Amino acid sequence: MTRKERRAYFKERNRKSGGYLLRKKIWNFIFRFCRAVLIFGLCFLILQPLLNKISLCFMTKDDLFDRTVISIPRHFSTQAIRLGWKLMYHFKPFWYSIWIGVLVGVLQVISSTLVGYGFARFKFPLKNFWFACVILMIIVPPQTLLTPMYLMFSDFDIFGIIKAVHGGKGVNLLGSFWAYLAVCAGCAGYKSGLYIYMMRQHFRNEPKELEEAAWVDGCGKFRTFWSILLPGARPMMVSCFLFAFVWWWTDGIYSRIFFSRGMGWYTVANCLPGVVERLNHEYKQIFNIVSSSGGNFVPPAYGNQILSAATMITLVPIIIIYLLAQKSFVESISQSGIKG
Amino acid sequence: MAKAKRKSMAKGNAKAGYLFITPFIIGFLLFLVVPLVQSLRMSFCEVAATNGQGLKYKWVFLDKYKEVFFKDPDYVPRLLDNLKNMALFVPGILVFSFFMAILLNQEFAGRAFVRAVFFLPVILSSGIMVSIESNNSLMGSMQSAIKEDTSLTSITKTLENILLTGEKASKFFEYVINLVDKVYDIANSSGIQIIIFLSGLQTISPSMYEAAKIEGCTAWENFWKITLPMISSLILVNVIYTIVDYCTKSNNQVMDLINDKLFKNVDYGLCAAMSWVYFGVIMVILGILAFIISRWVYYYD
Repeated sequence: MTRKERRAYFKERNRKSGGYLLRKKIWNFIFRFCRAVLIFGLCFLILQPLLNKISLCFMTKDDLFDRTVISIPRHFSTQAIRLGWKLMYHFKPFWYSIWIGVLVGVLQVISSTLVGYGFARFKFPLKNFWFACVILMIIVPPQTLLTPMYLMFSDFDIFGIIKAVHGGKGVNLLGSFWAYLAVCAGCAGYKSGLYIYMMRQHFRNEPKELEEAAWVDGCGKFRTFWSILLPGARPMMVSCFLFAFVWWWTDGIYSRIFFSRGMGWYTVANCLPGVVERLNHEYKQIFNIVSSSGGNFVPPAYGNQILSAATMITLVPIIIIYLLAQKSFVESISQSGIKG
Repeated sequence: MAKAKRKSMAKGNAKAGYLFITPFIIGFLLFLVVPLVQSLRMSFCEVAATNGQGLKYKWVFLDKYKEVFFKDPDYVPRLLDNLKNMALFVPGILVFSFFMAILLNQEFAGRAFVRAVFFLPVILSSGIMVSIESNNSLMGSMQSAIKEDTSLTSITKTLENILLTGEKASKFFEYVINLVDKVYDIANSSGIQIIIFLSGLQTISPSMYEAAKIEGCTAWENFWKITLPMISSLILVNVIYTIVDYCTKSNNQVMDLINDKLFKNVDYGLCAAMSWVYFGVIMVILGILAFIISRWVYYYD
């Protein structure tokens, strides 16, 4: 059919339907146009701060104070990024953060997989009670536990066992990642409850026949879990790990009690908030100002530019991970949402 | 004989089940119950640090709570403010994410990209990033500069003026306008909710809509009679998630105050009391809401 013919055909049909077809077509077009505008606007709204930060990273100081420059830098420079990198202490915190993220994430995933499987497939007394405890764990804000955790880890002890061995004194676990490991192995780390929930949801959706077949063939319980259900759970485990890694990366609560720069271990999240302060300090040293009054010497706009640069540096690894594994992030949530 | 066998199998199952969840039980007792109990104890005590690293507890019973409610100038106003904001935000987030989920459930080009963008804040504005963002005054000044430049032609502003200066400037308009002003925050914190709603929408079988269409249902009726009931259980999940997320965010005012007290004043007892009051309030709200909504939730199977 040529174009002309098609048009004629459409006119014919439209006439037959009494103008309904044309009206519908126009409405459809208007609807789609509005939807596109709306979605574009909202996407822009979300991305705008990020784009803003990126553009700030590449501005020179002149551009920053030039009111005619809004988002695209006139003089391109990487000076802000270099300074931010320096104020973030170069590689070290990144290295530590990666270490902690990987170790802790793996541990967290292992323990929550086990627990999730236990909740999904076994009937045992008080099951509902324990599951309510998982929910409680999700609900309790970690900030509530800050102080007691701090005290506990400065004098660590498991039900009096360590004290008995160590001669009446607990171990100070602050400043080492043993504290992290202990918390995560016990499924009590940052958002662990959520991972348990996700894993449970995953195992619940798996067909029960698989296990029954294994049971009939004489497979033990642990063996069934290990060689039959675990391979199927791998995508979910990967997503849990990614979530864990990303959330530990930006976590400021646990890292604040467990680490500080003075302790020799510090994460990216430890370093980021102090960037402006350090910039001030640096400036004072350069210009040899002996000020006891403190306060900000650096103009706030400049400080914020450096802070933005440092933030971007911190975010780059996460953004890369997200771009690569976007699907597994989103799908794991949508899987666990089913049957809430 | 057979009965005995089944019983032993059930027992074995129970044992295995407990074995699988042991990590959780240990962690729960050690890292949640113990700290919670300790912080509860602290909230009834005057805690002072002694020289030798240890802490000294002096039982003062409700004094700390009295201090929280009657002495501290910031706490109660901030708590109320926080709750008010929550009451504003949570419905906003729910409606927004529901609406977005419906939009994203339709076919259009670039859907995957849009979904990824909406999920981005879950990854990026988590943890310390939130507090960094809200402290960043340059971003604020940049935005206000842009606003100033466009304020003459701002549609929302004009609309606001028209709506609010009318005779019937109702509370509802004010509420909506308030929400529109905060659309950035709302969009930023509704990533997970959108995905949950979306997955829920995708599980509704199309045959239901087909049947409804044949019976002559309009889209409006479809929404109220099919979509909403089918998704109501997820509304409950999302309400709880949103409230918890809102309350534990690190730029939360109450949390800020508690942190301040902890790191600057080092008053452990007061901190613990504040946290407990906050925690209690959240739990009560969650309980009430969960109760109300769960009575209304419709389960298909």
